[in-house]
Order: sequence, then structure tokens, then C-alpha cells
Amino acid sequence: MTTPSRFTFWTRFVEVAVLAVAVCFSLGASSPSSRISDLDHRLMCQCGCAQLLGECDHVGCPDRDKELAELSADISSGMNDKEIFSAFTAKYGAVVLAAPTTHGFDLVAWIAPFAVFAAALLGTILLVRRWSGISIVRAKAAAASADPGAIDPAELERRDRIRRETGMDGGGFEQ
Amino acid sequence: MAAFGSFALLIALALAVYNLLAGTVALRLIATGQPAQISPERLADTARRAGIAGFIAVTGAAFALLWAVFTNDFSLTYILEHSNRALNPAYKFAAMWSGQEGSLLLWAWLLAVYGFVLRLRHKTDVKLYAYAGTILAGVQTFFLLLLCFPASPFALLPAVQVTHPFGVGPAALFALQQAGVVPMDGNGLNPLLQYPEMVIHPPMLYLGYVGFSVPFAFALGALMMRYPGEKWIKITRTWTLVTWLFLTCGIFLGMHWAYAVLGWGGYWGWDPVENASFMPWLTGTAFLHSVMMQERKGMMKSWNVWLIFSTFLLTLLGTLLTRAGLVSSVHAFAQSSIGTWFVVFMGVVLAVCIFTYIYNRHHLQTEHHLESLVSRESSFLFNNLVLLTACFVILWGTLFPILSEYVVGNKVTVGAPWYNRVAVPIGLFLVLLTGVGPLLPWRAASLKSIKKNFVLPVVALWVTVIVCLAVGVRPWTDGQFSSGNFYALVDFAVSAAVLTAIISEFLRGAAVISKQTGRNLFSSTWLLTRRNTRRYGGYLVHIGVVIVVIGLAGSAFNRNVESELAVGDHLNIGPYQLDCTGFTQDSNALYNSEYAMLNVSKGGKYQFQMLPERRVYLSEGQPETMVAIHSTIGWDLYVVYEGTNPDTGHPIIKAIMNPLVSWIWAGLVVMVLGTFIALVPSLTPATAALKVPAARVIPVEPIFKGGD
Repeated sequence: MTTPSRFTFWTRFVEVAVLAVAVCFSLGASSPSSRISDLDHRLMCQCGCAQLLGECDHVGCPDRDKELAELSADISSGMNDKEIFSAFTAKYGAVVLAAPTTHGFDLVAWIAPFAVFAAALLGTILLVRRWSGISIVRAKAAAASADPGAIDPAELERRDRIRRETGMDGGGFEQ
Repeated sequence: MAAFGSFALLIALALAVYNLLAGTVALRLIATGQPAQISPERLADTARRAGIAGFIAVTGAAFALLWAVFTNDFSLTYILEHSNRALNPAYKFAAMWSGQEGSLLLWAWLLAVYGFVLRLRHKTDVKLYAYAGTILAGVQTFFLLLLCFPASPFALLPAVQVTHPFGVGPAALFALQQAGVVPMDGNGLNPLLQYPEMVIHPPMLYLGYVGFSVPFAFALGALMMRYPGEKWIKITRTWTLVTWLFLTCGIFLGMHWAYAVLGWGGYWGWDPVENASFMPWLTGTAFLHSVMMQERKGMMKSWNVWLIFSTFLLTLLGTLLTRAGLVSSVHAFAQSSIGTWFVVFMGVVLAVCIFTYIYNRHHLQTEHHLESLVSRESSFLFNNLVLLTACFVILWGTLFPILSEYVVGNKVTVGAPWYNRVAVPIGLFLVLLTGVGPLLPWRAASLKSIKKNFVLPVVALWVTVIVCLAVGVRPWTDGQFSSGNFYALVDFAVSAAVLTAIISEFLRGAAVISKQTGRNLFSSTWLLTRRNTRRYGGYLVHIGVVIVVIGLAGSAFNRNVESELAVGDHLNIGPYQLDCTGFTQDSNALYNSEYAMLNVSKGGKYQFQMLPERRVYLSEGQPETMVAIHSTIGWDLYVVYEGTNPDTGHPIIKAIMNPLVSWIWAGLVVMVLGTFIALVPSLTPATAALKVPAARVIPVEPIFKGGD
């Protein structure tokens, strides 16, 4: 009973791996955080440098320090992320957000890539299945029409050898 | 020289138009068999010779511009705006492509060089090369039209134009300068471009952009003439690989320039123009993979043709984005109004492609059949799917601000946070495929072979996850989930699996050779690679990509400190302490500079000195950061002189620890090496047999097929 024991081994292996990951995840998820370093990477500096607020490196930048001060004040006043972004958008316009929002037309920016990916993935799978189906039908038709006795045993042996040597059995493969 | 340059461009335009028209007529006559007063073959050859002469003419124009730069001929608007007397000679070359007109001339010249080589090699396949040469002439005509009319690099200053419409000689120039008609000095080169990479980054990138014109011309030509078989793919393979290599190097050099010059600590900002260079790279990479399906199985003919059409169109789109100012970009120095010309040309190219495809689509019909969903063929399809999706994502992100403004009248920013959430998962999936693909055999994979090939990579993946978590690479920061850390963890794990998979492939093949020839493992690996350079060169490129991706993941763990430092002050970052020992100023003919002297110590021991600098160029008054970088295999210590506090006069220093950045540049080296190996012809079986030591001669039958 080799197969079941191997199956059990791999099941256990996966279980242990998942458990180990879970244990490691649970370690250290603790300390409280400052939100400023997160939020200043989700806002744009308005000085025209086209950089994230947290990465603007212009000394004397007319906007960076002002925006950062506003951000700190908003955080201190207990505003949540959404309220902070709304306040910044009201003051600077939508271009102050480093990424489109998730409502209105902006939502299209988020959905379209994944929709295209899903559609393309589905299309590729269907295409491969269709092409595979054609091959199976052709193989069956060929098998039905072929005379088994007509296949040369030497040819069969040669084909098997080629398959072995070119990796069709899982060894080396041609690219 | 202005008159010579302008005249050379006009001659080149006339030759390109003749090449296009005569080539078209000749090929039409050959295709239809219509009688003509002149032999169509001879007419086609005159077209080819016109193309060669065009190369000489464009080279003359390029020489004229360089001459004008080096002789400080400020009667030319272009030279006045992009050069000055004190400019370093190396950067005088860079002045040639620092502005729009010069960069278009560089494009035209590189296209002429590619066309020259192509036309010299016409005996490989006279008819196909005639088609390709004619199509290239069409592309060249467009660029020469731009150079002769709306964007001439030899345009004179308006005041000079009135009195000297054909340009001025040295004596007249001196007189005009004395009279104050022509300025004594130029505005100088954009300081951001005065960096060594800028001497080679744009030409590399352009070699990549322009180079895709050649496989495009072959693909369109082959479709027009209904070229039988797959030989055109074999002919264009070298062109495509070389072009791809140039584009790759160009992109990475640009990244390094951004890293070393812009001073924000990163190398990729998802700027629209960066994106524009990345898109044709993605479709070109997809093409390099999917042509293997056509070569081996005769499949995906239409797909391949459209991939190369798209790649060429994307190179034009990239140029359009740079020139037309459609989207805001740091590459705004080359903006102008010639965007309309590009839109029209892209429309014409697209129309020609669609018409040719519809007219000759029956020629591309093939019987598609796959034996299994789990096979090398399928992996190529999925690889193309992911590459094309990534290309769409980047195009979508680049153009969405325009779309949003058009649809709802509201301009938005699509920056790094959006790309990190959308493009990074797709990129990770692509990395996974680089490992899975080579493990799958052609036709069909048995369950046994899948188990055999995937055990080690899966083990490597989980071991890496556990080790990463144990050493602190965890998907949370300060108790909050961090998508950056999570992606980095997934990246490290997938990269480990892919590296294991590819190295296993090398070792498996080398072990077979070692067993049969008695060579050691290193020697066997070398022989294995030489016997199938394309396959194993490709694997090396995959390894290079994985190393790059590991380097990119390091950005999730960047940290920085910023501090005003007086002499004797210090700041700490990571294992380093930076002590300020002084700050000073310097000046020369080009710029004034301020820099700080920082002694860096680790564990209390002095290690090295860093000199972050800030320059202000005299000609434009524009500041430039000269970042001090100390690279190790684990991280870069990146120190920026941000300026001085106006109240105290003390420098403000920003220090950044950038983990694994050197892996990115190391990965590029491996990719380049792999591409070179893939370009070298494989050792033929007969030669391979000769290389085996006489005492251990084995049967001449090859273990692996070579030569492709």
C-alpha cells in the first residue's frame, strides 16, 4: 500500500507547513502603529514634483511640510482615513490622492485590470480545452482507422526511445 | 554645417521616399507578374541601394549636428538650448538626444543603421528582405518628414534666419556674436541629464525601440507576400533578441539613473514614460516566447503577427507620450506639438496592419491542437496571457487619468499605490510561471513527471516561507497588515521555488552528460549549455529575472531618517552611524556645489566616508542631487544632501537603507549573459562528439538536440 502512505505523508507535510506558517504569523502581531507613514504614501505632494508626499525630497518644498502638518493634525483630531482623504480632496482636488478611490467612475480603474485578467484567463482555458478536444478527436479517429498490425515494432521502439531521451517521460525537455 | 545637415536630411527623405515607392512598385509587379518596361528585380535593387545611400545621408546629418555641438554653433536654436561652452565633451554627445529634434534624429539614424545592416544581408532571402526594407523605408520616411519640417534640429535663430537663411560659417558666427545677434554661450544641458548613464541610457532605449521596427517589418512583409513556412521567424529571432536586450539594458540604465540622480531613494516611479518603455518590453517578451510555439508546432501564427505589430505600435505610443504631453511626466523636457503627427502615423500603421491581416488572414490559418492542459504549450499560452495582461494594466494605469478627465471631467492620479496593488500580484504570477513552464514537457505531462519535477520547488517554497517568517519577514508592521511585506514574503518564496526549479533543470541535464562523458559537474553544465544555448540561455535569463524580482521585493523594507547635522553631530540608521565632520562649498564653470563630509562607522569602527552633494547649475539655476551610495550585497546605504537650513546654515541629510538593491543590477548582468548565450549558435552534435576526450569516446548520437 505505497500510494496511501505517500498520500498521508504529503498531507501531513502540508499540514505541518500550514501550522508552522500560522504559528509564525501569530508571533509578534502586536505593537501599536503610527498611521502617518502609511498615509503619506497614499497622498501626493502638490509642489509639482509628481512624488508621493512621504517621498518628496525637496528642501524648502512649499507644500510638503504644510501637507504633512495637516495630515498630523487630522490624525491627532481622531479622523479616520476616509475623512482625512475627503478633507485633502476637498482642499487640493482628487489629484492629491495617489490612487483612484473605490467609488464612482474611479472604481473602473480597479475593476478593469482584474476583469480583463479573468476574461483572458477564462478565454485561454477554454481555448486550450478546445484545442485539446480537437487533438483527442483526431487521435481517436486515427486509432479507429488505423490497422494495428501495420505499425512497425521497430518504429514503436524508436518512438519510445525518442520519448525517453527527449524527456517526454519527465526528464530533459526541449525548449 | 546647418545647410549641410538640412540638405543631408532632405536627400535622406528623397531616398527614403524613392525606396518606399520603387520598392512598392517592384514588389507589386513581382507579385502580380505584370509586364513592365524595367525589370522589377532591378527596380527593387535600386530601392535597396537607395536605402543604403539613405543611411549615408542620415549619418551625414547626425555628424553635422555633432559638429555644431562641438563647435558651439549657437546660431542653431537646438544647440543654443541644449549645450554650452563649458559642457563636458561626453555630455556634448548627450546633447544630441537631450531635446526633441535631436532625439528624433537619433531615432532616424538608428533606424538607418538597422536598415543598412538589413539591406546588406539581403541575400539571405532577397524577396523577404525587399519587403522588409520597403516597410522600413516607410517608417523612415515618417521620421525624416518630422526632421525636415516640424522638428528640424538645424533650425536657425529667427534673427539669423533673416540674414543668413543657409546658415553661417565660423567667421560670420563670430561677427554675429560680437554684434549680439547670436548669444556668446548656450543654455546648457539639462543638469539631470549630466550623468554618465545619460550618455548611454537613451541610445540603448532607442536601439530597443527602433530595433522592434525590424521584426515588425519582417512580420508585415511576410504576411504581405504570404511567406511560406516559418523561416521569417528564424530570420527575425536574432534581431528580436538583440532588440529586446537593448531595451532591457535601456530600461535598467534608466532605473539606475533615477536611483542615483533624482534622490528620492527609488528606481521606478511608475512614471508614464517609464511605463511606455516597459509596455513594448512586455509584448516583445511575449513574442519571444510564443514564436517557439510557431516554430515547433506551427501554431499561433496570427497571434505572433499581432504581438509584433502591437510591440511596434507601443514603441510609437511611448514616443507619443513623451512628446505630446498627454500625461504629466518627469520626462517633460521633450514635449511639443508633434503628437498629432504620431497619432496620424500610428493610425496609418494600424490601418495597414489590419488591412494586410484581413486580406491575407487565410495564409495564417493553422490547425491548433494540444494534447493536454498541463504541457509546455499551455504554459506558453498562460505566459502570454500574463504578459499581455500586465501590459494592459500598465497601459490602463497610464491612460486612466486622461480617460477619467474625458468621462467625468475629473483628473485623478494613478500612482505607485495603485500599481502596487494591481500590477504586483500579476507580476508574481508571472514569476511563478517562469519556474513552472520549464518543468512541463512538450505535448503532455504525466502525473509522475509532475510529482518528480515539482517536489523540490514546493519544498523550497515552504522552507523559504518558514525561514522568512522566523527571521522577521512578516506580513505586518507595527501590528497592522502590510501588503508590501506580504508581497515580499510571497516574492521570496516563489523566487526560491523558481530558482530551485531552474537549477534542478541544469543539474538534471548536467548529471546525464556527466554520467555519459565522465566530466565533472561544472564542465558538464557548460557542455549542456553549449549544446542547447537557446534553451539554457533562456533559463539563465529566467534566473536573472528572479534575481531582479528578489531585489525589487527589498523595497518593502526600506527605512530612512532625515536630520539637520552640524559638525560633530551624527545620525544612526541600521548598523551605521554617520558622523558629520564638515560641510563645504565648491564651484566651477558649470555649477556651484555644496557637500557634506560624513564618516560612516559600524559597531564603533570607522568604515568609509560619504560625500553627498547638491549642485546648482549656473546656466539654468537648476539644482541637482548627487547621491552618495554605498552598496553591499544586503543593502545600499543611500545618503542625500537635501539642502541647508536657511536659519542655521547646517546641511539637512537624509539617509535611506535600501535592502537588496544590488540584486537588481546583478540580475541584469545575468539576464544579459543569458541573452548572449541564447544568441550563440548551439554546438552541433558532430562538433560535440569531437570535444569528447579521445579515451572516452561515446557513440555520436547526441543526448540533447542542438542547433536550434
